[in-house]
Amino acid sequence: MKRYSALELIRQGLGGHRGWDRVWRKPEPKPSYDAVIIGGGGHGLATAYYLAKLHGMTNIAVVEKGWIGGGNSGRNTTIIRSNYLFDESAAIYNHALNLWNGLGQELNFNIMMSHRGVLNLAHDEGEMRQLKRRVEANRLNGVDSEWLDAKEVKNFCPSINISGDIRYPVLGGTLQRSGGVNRHDGVVWGYARAADALGVDILQQTEVTGILTEAGEVTGIETTRGTIRTPKVASVTAGHTSVMASMLDIRLPVESHPLQALVSEPIKPILNCVVMSNAVHVYCSQSDKGELVIGAGIDAQLSYTQRGNLDIIEHQMASLMELFPIFSRLRMMRQWGGIVDVCPDASPIISKTPVKGFYVNGGWGTGGWKATPGSGHVFADLIAKDEPNRIAAPFAIDRFTTGALVAEHGAAAVAH
Amino acid sequence: MSQPYRIPGRGLINRDRSVSFTFDGREIPGYEGDTIASALLANGEIMVGRSFKYHRPRGIVGAGGDDPAAMVQIGSDPASTDPNVMVTTREIHAGLEARSQNCWPSLKHDVGVLNDVFMRFFPAGFYYKTFMGSDRFRWLNWMTFEPFIRRAAGLGKSPTKPDPDSYESVNRHCDVLVIGAGPAGLAAAANAARSGARVILVEETDRLGGSLNATDPDGTTIGGKAPADWIADQTAKLAEHPEVTVLTQTTAFGYYAMNFVGLIERVKDHLPEHRRDRRQPRQRVWRVRAKQVVLATGAIERPLVFNENDRPGIMLAGAVRTFLNRYGVLAGKRVLIFTNNDSAWQTAFDIRAAGGEVAGIVDLRRELNEAMALRALKAGIAVYPRTAIVGTHGRHRIDSAFVSSLDDNGNVRGSRSRIECDLIAVSGGWNPNVALFAQSRGKLKWDEELASFRPGLSWQQERSAGACNGTLELQEVLAEGSKAGLEAARAADFTVRAIRQPEVRTDAVETLNLVPVWQVPSGLPREKTKAFVDLQDDVKASDLQLATEEGYDSVEHTKRYTTQGMGTDQGKISNVNAFGIMAEARGITVPEVGTTTFRQPYRPVTIGALGGQHVGAHFMPRRGTPMHAWHLEQKAIFEPVGDWLRARAYPKPGESFHDAVQREAKAARTTAGILDATTLGKIDIRGKDARTFLNRVYTNAWSKLAPGRCRYGLMLGEDGMVSDDGVTACIADDHFHMTTTTGGAASVLQKLEDYLQTEWPDLDVWLTTVTEQWAVAAVCGPKAEEIVASVVEGIDLDPEEFPFMTWQDGTVGGIPVRVFRVSFTGETSYEINIPATYGRWLWEELIAAGKPHGLTPYGTEAMHLLRAEKGFIIVGQETDGTVTPGDLRMDWAVAKKKGDFIGKRSLSRSDTVRDDRKQLVGLLTVDGDHVPMEGAQIIGTPEEPAPPVPMLGHVTSAYFSPNLGRSIAMAMVKRGGQRMGETVWIARLGDKPVPAKIVHYDFLGDAVGEAA
Ligand SMILES: Cc1cc2nc3c(=O)[nH]c(=O)nc-3n(C[C@H](O)[C@H](O)[C@H](O)COP(=O)(O)OP(=O)(O)OC[C@H]3O[C@@H](n4cnc5c(N)ncnc54)[C@H](O)[C@@H]3O)c2cc1C
Repeated sequence: MKRYSALELIRQGLGGHRGWDRVWRKPEPKPSYDAVIIGGGGHGLATAYYLAKLHGMTNIAVVEKGWIGGGNSGRNTTIIRSNYLFDESAAIYNHALNLWNGLGQELNFNIMMSHRGVLNLAHDEGEMRQLKRRVEANRLNGVDSEWLDAKEVKNFCPSINISGDIRYPVLGGTLQRSGGVNRHDGVVWGYARAADALGVDILQQTEVTGILTEAGEVTGIETTRGTIRTPKVASVTAGHTSVMASMLDIRLPVESHPLQALVSEPIKPILNCVVMSNAVHVYCSQSDKGELVIGAGIDAQLSYTQRGNLDIIEHQMASLMELFPIFSRLRMMRQWGGIVDVCPDASPIISKTPVKGFYVNGGWGTGGWKATPGSGHVFADLIAKDEPNRIAAPFAIDRFTTGALVAEHGAAAVAH
Repeated sequence: MSQPYRIPGRGLINRDRSVSFTFDGREIPGYEGDTIASALLANGEIMVGRSFKYHRPRGIVGAGGDDPAAMVQIGSDPASTDPNVMVTTREIHAGLEARSQNCWPSLKHDVGVLNDVFMRFFPAGFYYKTFMGSDRFRWLNWMTFEPFIRRAAGLGKSPTKPDPDSYESVNRHCDVLVIGAGPAGLAAAANAARSGARVILVEETDRLGGSLNATDPDGTTIGGKAPADWIADQTAKLAEHPEVTVLTQTTAFGYYAMNFVGLIERVKDHLPEHRRDRRQPRQRVWRVRAKQVVLATGAIERPLVFNENDRPGIMLAGAVRTFLNRYGVLAGKRVLIFTNNDSAWQTAFDIRAAGGEVAGIVDLRRELNEAMALRALKAGIAVYPRTAIVGTHGRHRIDSAFVSSLDDNGNVRGSRSRIECDLIAVSGGWNPNVALFAQSRGKLKWDEELASFRPGLSWQQERSAGACNGTLELQEVLAEGSKAGLEAARAADFTVRAIRQPEVRTDAVETLNLVPVWQVPSGLPREKTKAFVDLQDDVKASDLQLATEEGYDSVEHTKRYTTQGMGTDQGKISNVNAFGIMAEARGITVPEVGTTTFRQPYRPVTIGALGGQHVGAHFMPRRGTPMHAWHLEQKAIFEPVGDWLRARAYPKPGESFHDAVQREAKAARTTAGILDATTLGKIDIRGKDARTFLNRVYTNAWSKLAPGRCRYGLMLGEDGMVSDDGVTACIADDHFHMTTTTGGAASVLQKLEDYLQTEWPDLDVWLTTVTEQWAVAAVCGPKAEEIVASVVEGIDLDPEEFPFMTWQDGTVGGIPVRVFRVSFTGETSYEINIPATYGRWLWEELIAAGKPHGLTPYGTEAMHLLRAEKGFIIVGQETDGTVTPGDLRMDWAVAKKKGDFIGKRSLSRSDTVRDDRKQLVGLLTVDGDHVPMEGAQIIGTPEEPAPPVPMLGHVTSAYFSPNLGRSIAMAMVKRGGQRMGETVWIARLGDKPVPAKIVHYDFLGDAVGEAA
């Protein structure tokens, strides 16, 4: 793999850019692999990368039905933070945040990791109490997090409206300075390139249509490009987690909803951090290209249709006007939707299953992007060792029977 | 000379009205009916901005919504300035101020142009390959570079003050929605209208007629009439039908599911200040649900991709024609035509007809249409067949083109020759405008003749007509439009007969004979060729090729890697060219490459308009109780609770919030207090199975609660966690009055309805929300009985007669009231419910009656304090979705023997029966003056160790209690119930942890005494 650098860019620039390597090969599926990962999103590719890099499993494949990054990875608003309330969540998201740091260098691919800070606003006494509780829990867990009063919020993010006469005035908020955003495609491509360089086969345009078992153990998969034998199959299919599991008659308590986002036209820098509000229900950041990136909550109905609709967007824009009346004249340029899989406790699944050799990583709902490296890292560990490590263990599926939920939604009430 | 490029006698502008505006501070004269673009061109100005990445000069390329990059900033008022406004779509008016954007210090001298100089080092996706930091220079990472990159990116500037304008959205149903008012759309609308159907005709520009407005008025007749007269006829006919709505200045921006189409109407932007009606919104969103849709959105010309094709002065051939015929502007003094199809020849003919000079027609094709060639010859136009433009010259505007002839393989042959020209009119063919069709989820199909995509299989109730369907001959366009209109009306259940079509006579070129050439050869190596595909985002053909070679070859990857089609124009004129170049690079066909997804909106839509009227005061309802005005008069401090605004405290003049709360809480316990409790959720439950229903939704038993009695209940989620609580009263055997928390009112009703309708449809139970039917005043304290007795008639308040947890009917001044003897403070308390309209009156009666007894109104903060003194929980404060009744040590509220209830099974799961769960306790800080922070974490050591610190729990509520003279707190603590008397520590930021003793949470009970 030819390393990327400024110097190489200059060298190639002088040579007409004819000497760049392919980012990844376009291999034919082999008849068998040591493990197959279903889903070429960020999580799946990260899993493959860490399997190859840390566990020496290089005879593996990532199977993707479309093009890599075409699912939620390429549709998400890339908000990254780790200031979750509970120890279990803080552990995995902070693990991810640590990995994000320096990941571009490790992958030799600029993922444009911008630690520009994430604000979560509080608009009433109840939210203040919850967010302060979270800040304190974060502090004791060693997670970067602080409380800002309304004035400090305004200082940190001058374009926010903190006037007292809006419907839900800003009373304060939490700030995670190390949080931020990055470039989703860069992450997907960076992991793919690095995994490919380690020998991982990335099979695009290959849909998994069935999972083969014998005597309760995985033996392979059926795909649109033929049968592939393998003792280990790991599903990392985001919105389709329950669809994959149902191929083995495993029922997961997962509901799939559309989640929408949109961008405005590009403008010069005006918003330098990420702002999220639950009560007003909108979040916003500005991309490096200059677009405002705006999102909110899920569509209420269950659906697999990756499509936007108007009424959700209208409400989202009205919410945005509460916090940023100065953005009113800007224009929405593009809207889209993805399908997110939501668990009853709004926490993910990283787990073995009753079928030996079948592993599931999903249920990240509206907020899994931020976990990508951490998720891939611990999932690789689980696949390689057939045992969850300390960070992954709380996210096993048996929690839905024991009741040991990691109920972030009730407690922290913040999505993404 | 003013407007030297204006052609006398041409155009639909109003030459009787001069209008001028400013561009970069210079005054530009024009006429009413001009766009910024046409006025600039009339004055010889063609360069308006700089491109996104390389800051290359950008000129006007299109004549309407097709332009890719000619955008300006309008206005300078920080509240109302508009960035990224397309000069080709904005009409001029007096006072209009336009400024070039993305350049500094000025349009002509821009430092960003350095990017251009180093362009070779900045190919597609270069930023993925650098700025990630290196082993030696870790700090040279994205955080260092990002601010610079960000400053260079972006186009115009955001306003910095709130928008002074208003917006609205309206809903409309119609039978036939016709989108686009060109010949096809007009014919469709006119024919559908005859049926009596409700028709909406939408046109994006300021006038009906579409492409007819851009044709040479002397070259075409329709039914014997000049195009303008035919348009006027159709318009008049539409006006005769009362059910027809014609909207100009309106764009259909989104085709959503079930024939739901979003329109945006620009109501005032194009008007000068004095003509803007203050009662009208700036823009209006129409949310249209149409039975049938006719798409008549025309075709979009695509340019040719050739070396140095991005200089100002290179324009689409159709746009040149539009500026000439619609605006009376010939954009160049010497125009060179460059094409691969017949249509651009018409531009040459129109220019000659208007007396302009044509430098020649450079045509990539070998075989030329003979009649056309003859016509060119007659007009004295030089024709260069099988020739390509291989380069251009001119910094801020082209001054010449270099051409070379091509050999049989399409390669450059021989030397370059120079042709002087100040405008190149380019055509690479026409793409049916299928954006809305694709948004509707219709399937596109490839059309070899057009070398483009056109509508295939429909998915929704729509049909395409005219150029957007790939039909180019006017006679056929009209026929298709009429047919679509008739069919749509019929499909919407109207009857209508076809009528004879007007006959079209035209000398316009209507053939295409297109030979697709996705990238024109330049004879230069790739790296020396600057052939732009996307003019806004600076994507060159070589970028697409590089992306493909590097492996970003799926169409979505190529798009994302190069940013092709990701600008404000979303690739309108460039995408098909890009797909063609990708196909060549991959050695496959264009339909095999496929397209990227056509996403809403078709054109950028103002965010404020999408918010509509739901902003400011109308964002969300502010619910106030019937007593709200009284609270306002008392200058209460309010807090939002769900949708409600509740009085939080009533500070007296000069009194602090804290002191007010202390005073109110003290009064409520020592004399009497009155609380507006109207906001509690109230659900009226009726039916013979009401008891069974309550047994299933609450954790405790309801079978035996007698009429006249009340009971407290906990509700759980299916996970066994407490989700709501409240008191429910038995009115009759089959009739109950349930109360919920204020915030939970709507969600509890929704949940209960959900169960009734989906899980227990067999139950005879009916739920009605009555939250707003009753106003509630709660009077509590030692003097409460006396005060209430003096106001309420018909109830004997003697506790023997009216015991705790019962209710009775009475009257106040003849008005029936229902009084509940329940208590959220621990004091004797009466919750008086009266029909809501009497709420304020009752309140004032009570205030008056209570005055001699020191009755004190108290707000929600004192209420919270009072209930904490008594150790009552607040769902959502003590609980957070992870707390069982056992955790609250309220097992008494869970019936052991009754049948199933929601959450019951979960209470016996292994995790819920763990004995080291967090439990609710009281906390008394050793220093009684210290009130801990709500949300503070509890630890087991007097010093805070380094993280991660094991946490035992957290403080859920904390107050200074005026009645106990010290601080009190409630907390969830691991094994709390078994730790009575133990000391724990409350962690603090930047300070030593505070020691506190664990006690029972009923502070009015023995807790405080025991701890002391
Ligand atoms: C609009 C939106 C905004 C979001 N914003 C944020 C945010 O700001 N912050 C945050 O942290 N998270 C956010 N998320 C969530 C985040 O995007 C996801 O949690 C995360 O990207 C999931 O990654 P993944 O790799 O598991 O899934 P994906 O990227 O969806 O990858 C799954 C892949 O599986 C493939 N697949 C499915 N079925 C099959 C099959 N049968 N055979 C082969 N392949 C198959 C799919 O094609 C897909 O490529 C957002 C999500 C959306 C939709």
